[in-house]
Amino acid sequence: MAIIEIRNLAKSFGAVKAVDGVDLDIQAGEFLTLLGPSGSGKTTVLRMIAGFETPDAGSINLNGVDITYLPPYERDVNTVFQDYALFPHMDVISNIEYGLKVKKIGKSERREKAIEALRQVQLAGYENRKPSQLSGGQRQRVALARALVNRPSVLLLDEPLGALDLKLRQQMQIELKELQREVGITFIFVTHDQEEALTMSDRIAVFDKGRIQQLDKPAKIYEMPSNEFVAGFVGISNLISGNVAEKLLGKPGTFIVRPEKIELGAAKKNERNADGVIKEVEYLGPSTRFLVELDAGVTLMVLRQNTSESSIDVEAMRNSRTSLSWDIGSEYQVK
Amino acid sequence: MRLSLPARVFLWTIMGFGFAFIYVPLTLVVINSFNKNTSFAWPPTGFTTSWWSKAVSNEGVRDAITRSFTVALAATAIALVLGTLAAAAIARYKFFGREAISLLFVLPIALPGIVTGIALNNVFTNFLGELTIFTIIVGHATFCIVVVFNNVAARYRRLGITLEEASMDLGANRFTTFRLVTFPLLRNALVAGGLLAFGLSFDEIIVTTFTAGAGQNTLPIWIFQNLFRPNQAPIVNVVAAALILFSILPIYLSQRLTQEKSTK
Repeated sequence: MAIIEIRNLAKSFGAVKAVDGVDLDIQAGEFLTLLGPSGSGKTTVLRMIAGFETPDAGSINLNGVDITYLPPYERDVNTVFQDYALFPHMDVISNIEYGLKVKKIGKSERREKAIEALRQVQLAGYENRKPSQLSGGQRQRVALARALVNRPSVLLLDEPLGALDLKLRQQMQIELKELQREVGITFIFVTHDQEEALTMSDRIAVFDKGRIQQLDKPAKIYEMPSNEFVAGFVGISNLISGNVAEKLLGKPGTFIVRPEKIELGAAKKNERNADGVIKEVEYLGPSTRFLVELDAGVTLMVLRQNTSESSIDVEAMRNSRTSLSWDIGSEYQVK
Repeated sequence: MRLSLPARVFLWTIMGFGFAFIYVPLTLVVINSFNKNTSFAWPPTGFTTSWWSKAVSNEGVRDAITRSFTVALAATAIALVLGTLAAAAIARYKFFGREAISLLFVLPIALPGIVTGIALNNVFTNFLGELTIFTIIVGHATFCIVVVFNNVAARYRRLGITLEEASMDLGANRFTTFRLVTFPLLRNALVAGGLLAFGLSFDEIIVTTFTAGAGQNTLPIWIFQNLFRPNQAPIVNVVAAALILFSILPIYLSQRLTQEKSTK
């Protein structure tokens, strides 16, 4: 059974339709990511689940109960905020105990649970620090512990890793995922970072213009995007459409081919072939990115793994002619 | 950056003049309150504490001090409650006419005291019949509310909404949220606003003149009335000296408070 059922949810701010008819079933225990550019409505959906915004229309059910118009403090969900929102006048342990305290849980029991939660996010021994004495990553963990200690039905995470640097962000992605498996709580995670979404999620809902464009497993989102927006937003896509599609592929429509599925210079061993000039070469370390202007009138991006030492000289390939090839199976038609 | 020697000497000199200008007269007041000579001729002819004991036993002074304290405390209390409520409403709720109401709240401090005084005097004498200590308190509250409102509203803006959202998200209702999160974070602004309001009320003279009943002297009014009476002048001096010493404490405390906060 779905733990959260969202039906026909809508919310406008003035003339702007932030959320425009969203239906979404979230399964118990899953890691669901709401992915989209800023202003796509993903955060507004999250805030309506939390109870910070009131929908103009539609309904939200949690565990089969309509919570659409309940205040935040009567919902069995907790939020990890983008800027962490730790209470600056309380130390770490008081922050974590806060939810248990307002629910009138006894002092010794809540202390015990809070210390366990702190251990779970690997901050044992930080009980008496003030939030201002913690680094960004530590604040993040305290915010997580503060929410999880209440054992909510659903945990809402609003771009929680956005303020961390890359290394820490990648580490926290792994930890978050592990933590989610460990506690078994449903996570709804909001992000605009498609890589983060692909890494962590069981399912991804891609948002644009207040609507869900596609809801699927990460691999499906990447390999079989349902429309041009999803294809362009998740990963890098080469779009082939119109005249060029008829010339190159022999059929009308809009198609995508991912850059890593195109081979450079491989002589006619795949079904599709096209000749062109290498316009740009970017050496990225593990791989090299080529921009190839095809004679057919489209520029495609090609990603090649740097598997041999010859990749040291990739710069020399600029402005030389080459041929591209790919399998028919790598083409995917979008609406 | 290091300044050149002449620049430093110059700046220190300027600062010395500035401080001297402010603090020498104040020191004179304190010294003169112990001056034996009734006409305050300089240098003092001798040391005496008799002005101080006379001031303490002077009923007019005691009466005025009590009244000033009562008025200032009451006006500050009213201002703290109403100013905070108003700031919370303006900062946290959207409603029709919010900007206009915000302006109306701040306006009284821009109005000349004499206008407020005349207006209140008209209303009080016409509708209440007489002027009492209560009318002074209401008169003072009109501008005390503004300073509390300004302080608290600024703090609300700086706090943002997320901490309150986080509190409610964790299961606290609006009242508990205010008690455990909002109020502790507003406390410094309330103390600062309260001190300022108290200070404004304590030395207010114009509005008080129009809202105080006969014989209802506050301390500033008493001082004003007795300043030019030769036999009362030494006592006025004592009162002024006492006020100087008395006002050092809250200023020192509030400085300490804000310093502690900034080093955290």
